[in-house]
Amino acid sequence: MKEFLLVFRADYKTMPKASPEEMQANTQKWMNWIAGIAAQGKLVDRGNRLVNTGNVLKSDGIISDGPYTEIKESILGYSLIKADSLEEATELAKGCPILSFGGNVEIREINAM
Amino acid sequence: MIALVYLQGLFLFMQQDNLIPHLFRTEYSKIVAVLYHSFNLKHLETAEDIASETFLKATEVWSIKGPPENPAGWLYTVAKNKTKDYFKHNAVVERQVKEALQLNDVETAHDFDFSDQNIADSQLAMIFAVCNPGNSAEAQICLALQILCGFSVEEIANAFLTKTETIKKRLQRARANLRNGDFQIKILSEAEIKTRLDSVLKTLYLLFNEGYFSRTNNQLIRKDLCSEAVRLTYILTENILTNIPQAHALLALMCFQSSRLDARISDKGEAILMDNQDRNLWNKELIEKGNYYLVNACQGNEISKYHLEAMLAYWHTTPTDKNKWQHILQLYNQLIIIEYSPVTALNRTFAFAKVYGHEKGIKEAEKLNLDEHAYYHSLLGYMHADTNIDKAIHHYEKAVALTGSRIEKQTLSKEIKRLVEKRAAG
Repeated sequence: MKEFLLVFRADYKTMPKASPEEMQANTQKWMNWIAGIAAQGKLVDRGNRLVNTGNVLKSDGIISDGPYTEIKESILGYSLIKADSLEEATELAKGCPILSFGGNVEIREINAM
Repeated sequence: MIALVYLQGLFLFMQQDNLIPHLFRTEYSKIVAVLYHSFNLKHLETAEDIASETFLKATEVWSIKGPPENPAGWLYTVAKNKTKDYFKHNAVVERQVKEALQLNDVETAHDFDFSDQNIADSQLAMIFAVCNPGNSAEAQICLALQILCGFSVEEIANAFLTKTETIKKRLQRARANLRNGDFQIKILSEAEIKTRLDSVLKTLYLLFNEGYFSRTNNQLIRKDLCSEAVRLTYILTENILTNIPQAHALLALMCFQSSRLDARISDKGEAILMDNQDRNLWNKELIEKGNYYLVNACQGNEISKYHLEAMLAYWHTTPTDKNKWQHILQLYNQLIIIEYSPVTALNRTFAFAKVYGHEKGIKEAEKLNLDEHAYYHSLLGYMHADTNIDKAIHHYEKAVALTGSRIEKQTLSKEIKRLVEKRAAG
């Protein structure tokens, strides 16, 4: 089986403000989805969420605070899964809750060094 | 070793008098551990021989005079004397021991004690020596049962539903591995404990499961295995070096599971599912203990698989709560992310179906690719039973064909019969 990186992206600005109950419900959705992949023995690493601020270092030495001015969507988190093909990995990504917030999942095969 | 095998045969013969077999089980391993620990004998067999000779003398003397008032104390005294004799009269005193004895005051060295503390320390050291990752998990469990729990080869074979010869060979190989790996128990260093504690916990966990989910139908053997695992884990929680949250979590898990041992099997030997168990048969004292150790386990931030399994067992012993299955599902979610196993995947799916309904549960199950597992089919049978009797029967029949457990076959066949009758009634 091959390994795939799932990159979760969404626009922070358009993310709905959630109440604590909604946040808990969202956490449950994420857990159900990622555990559903783990239950198939296809989770390599659940990965992590990312803090929504950061720096971008450019070739001219200029440091800017995050890529948000240039691209609308930023990376919220990542997970590592395994699958036989890109198609199967894409199928596994289909239940990802970020899709219901207008976000997207990028699926990339790991090209191991 | 010859003496040991002979003795165990003798005790089998003496089953009508319950005292010696019971003492053998509890005291043999203590004597071996203390002798071995105190003298750092090069060969485990020497300690075992002295312990066996002690019991041989007990059977001789007690059968004439009757058992003494304090049988355990009597055994310890005889074991001490036999050890002294071993050093005095044995011409081939091991150099290592000689040196050790020259370094220490001879009398103090001989005056090793059988205090509760020293027994616990010695057994703890023995647990770490036996749970050597150089041996397979199965071999570690066999060794633990023999050396730490005083089980006979036959009893181990019964528990594993394996031939005695197979167990004998397994034990011989495992012992040879320990010897080659310079097997000795020393005063445990913190570093050694850290590197081996995981494997110790795992072996004790498997030892317990061997009893709890045993392939044998012998309820007595199951209980023995479970209570031995509890006893050894308890030793871990009592020592300052091994008293970690994970050990408490494991002990909590064992207490919760043990509380249901009597309720799980019917008089006819059929497995009873949790929902149908007579809660009056659950052991409340053990549930209390489980709660106690679970609270202890939660001091700290770490959540291990033992924590999750103990929490799951806790929810299972708790009367129905509105969100019970949602809690259980979330715990299974965390557990499957930490460690995949087909059983966890299927248990999680069961909880998923409880929360989101059987239809979604079926979809979740069909992704699992566990067609070869009996439980996969019994779960699908269960989820189909209300809506699609034909499919339910089909899956239950597959489960019957796949399972190795007689009890499970009976339970499933009963359910098939019920569905067939329901279908006929239209």
